[in-house]
Amino acid sequence: MIHHLKTFYTIWSRDIIRFSRNRGRIVASMATPLLFLFVFGAGLGPAMSPLAGGNLRFEQFMFPGIIAMTVLFTAVFAAVSIVWDREFGFLKEVMVAPVSRRVVALGKVAGGSTLAMFQGLLILILAPLLGIKLTFEQVVYLLLLMLLLAAVMSALGILVAARQRSMEGFQVIMNFLMLPMLFLSGAFFPLTGVPVWMEALARVNPVSYGVDPLRQVALRESVPEIFLEAMRLNPIAVDVAVMLVFGVAFLVPAIWLFSKQD
Amino acid sequence: MVNSLGHMSAIQVDKLIRDFGDFRAVNEISFEVHESEIFGFLGPNGAGKTTTINILCTLLRPTGGSAQVNGYDVSSRQSEVRSSIGIIFQDPSLDEELTAYENLRFHAMMYDISREDFKRRSEELMEMVDLTDKLRDQVRTYSGGMKRRLEIARGLLHRPRVLFLDEPTLGLDPQTRRHIWQYLRRLREQRQVTMFMTTHYMDEAENCNRIAIIDHGQIVAVDTPANLKERVGGDLITLRTSDNENASQRLKEVHGVEARTGPEGQLIVETERGDQFIPKIIETFSDGANPIEVQSVSLRQPTLEDVFIKLTGHAIREQEADSKEQMRRRGRMFGRLRR
Repeated sequence: MIHHLKTFYTIWSRDIIRFSRNRGRIVASMATPLLFLFVFGAGLGPAMSPLAGGNLRFEQFMFPGIIAMTVLFTAVFAAVSIVWDREFGFLKEVMVAPVSRRVVALGKVAGGSTLAMFQGLLILILAPLLGIKLTFEQVVYLLLLMLLLAAVMSALGILVAARQRSMEGFQVIMNFLMLPMLFLSGAFFPLTGVPVWMEALARVNPVSYGVDPLRQVALRESVPEIFLEAMRLNPIAVDVAVMLVFGVAFLVPAIWLFSKQD
Repeated sequence: MVNSLGHMSAIQVDKLIRDFGDFRAVNEISFEVHESEIFGFLGPNGAGKTTTINILCTLLRPTGGSAQVNGYDVSSRQSEVRSSIGIIFQDPSLDEELTAYENLRFHAMMYDISREDFKRRSEELMEMVDLTDKLRDQVRTYSGGMKRRLEIARGLLHRPRVLFLDEPTLGLDPQTRRHIWQYLRRLREQRQVTMFMTTHYMDEAENCNRIAIIDHGQIVAVDTPANLKERVGGDLITLRTSDNENASQRLKEVHGVEARTGPEGQLIVETERGDQFIPKIIETFSDGANPIEVQSVSLRQPTLEDVFIKLTGHAIREQEADSKEQMRRRGRMFGRLRR
């Protein structure tokens, strides 16, 4: 058991150390979300019909979606990096060590999730700039929701990457998995009043269940409850439950595939 | 495990097979590595060397046959096999963002080495590979040779009884290669670690106690470098003539020797006492109505390259880049761009 903990700690802390050494990358990875937030926000905002009875600006609406986007990308990239790492990196050394590969996979999920949560937090800090009021309690809730979404996405990333032996499929993952999940999650526009097919897709999309509670919590102090309820997909408890189900559904096969000997 | 000769065997492989889809990468190979010897796998890229190493270190599952490392079966006793071996991969497996110390520390955690043992051994090993003063540096600042040395130190941290080295000096300059070999020989003298290595460098294979020559997934010969070279027999004479076809025919008729054609169109003759045979050849060629002009002639001792050509019928060739090699190249490029 102690050996398992040591293994887990090794895999997790390696990700944390690497992340903290690479400040340039932290800043660079904030560029895309900020671009989306301010360019789309300023550009599309005036064209949108008033949100929440005029109580909500478009940037404010998009803000939780941008956090979800940051979490999604960071978590999936961190997980998919195992393809490279297993052939040409430290993970190769891990694969021949007398350690449980299940624990390695869990450590990887934990590492990627921690990083994703931290990147999300860096965006969250901008909330006052957008006029979004946040209490300490909200911040704690938001961090927990980010962590959960990140864990679900890391597990999905490991699942996709577990049997992959080259980076060639990477573009495919990007185009056919991550972007559709992001666009159909309600991150950039409300899912109330969209065509039925889109709503159906959004309802089977795990990211929707991450964006929805993030928005409900983040805007709690800024938007009257009636409007917030009209905009939501599900009550927060339902969102969290669905995310947990997705998480387990991804994690179990991900660990199994990762542990399998070639 | 003790074999019939009374040697302890560190590795025992019996009719090992590994398929990738329709392709048989390793085709019923059997061999044995004795304790504390340096055993080399010599063969071209794609011959099945890395696949064999990957099976022996439990990264790949055998399709058929069996293999034991330190007496543990690689299929059923993976954990014991892993604890008792160290591996230096062909591709770097260090985390370059981490310091040498952190790389070693993480290794110690995964191999469950106590803090005291780790401290003592890491100091000892870093001294052995002359990296003591670089312990706290990030690995990205290391040269290629330093990285290899660090990998060797790390691979020994948990006191493995068998050390696997997959092309340990690939991509290093000749001076660094010699340097690495000094460490490896010292290591064998001081600690009696068994080493199993793959290489496609002939001169490197000379360092091994025994060599298995492998081609197309099969072992063609296993012996000491000296014995293998004896199979070629005596000396090698290389000739360039004005008419190779005619020349080899006359060599056969007059002297009863078979000459073969080398990769650059030269004629190669294997013979005892080559120094005395050369004048006879020249005499033969200048005789008769249609003399053959000898443009150049040289005499040398056989190398492992000659052994390889003799046994397999072809030279160790540079293979076309497979998908992994392409990924590796892209990686190097990516690495450069990142810096």
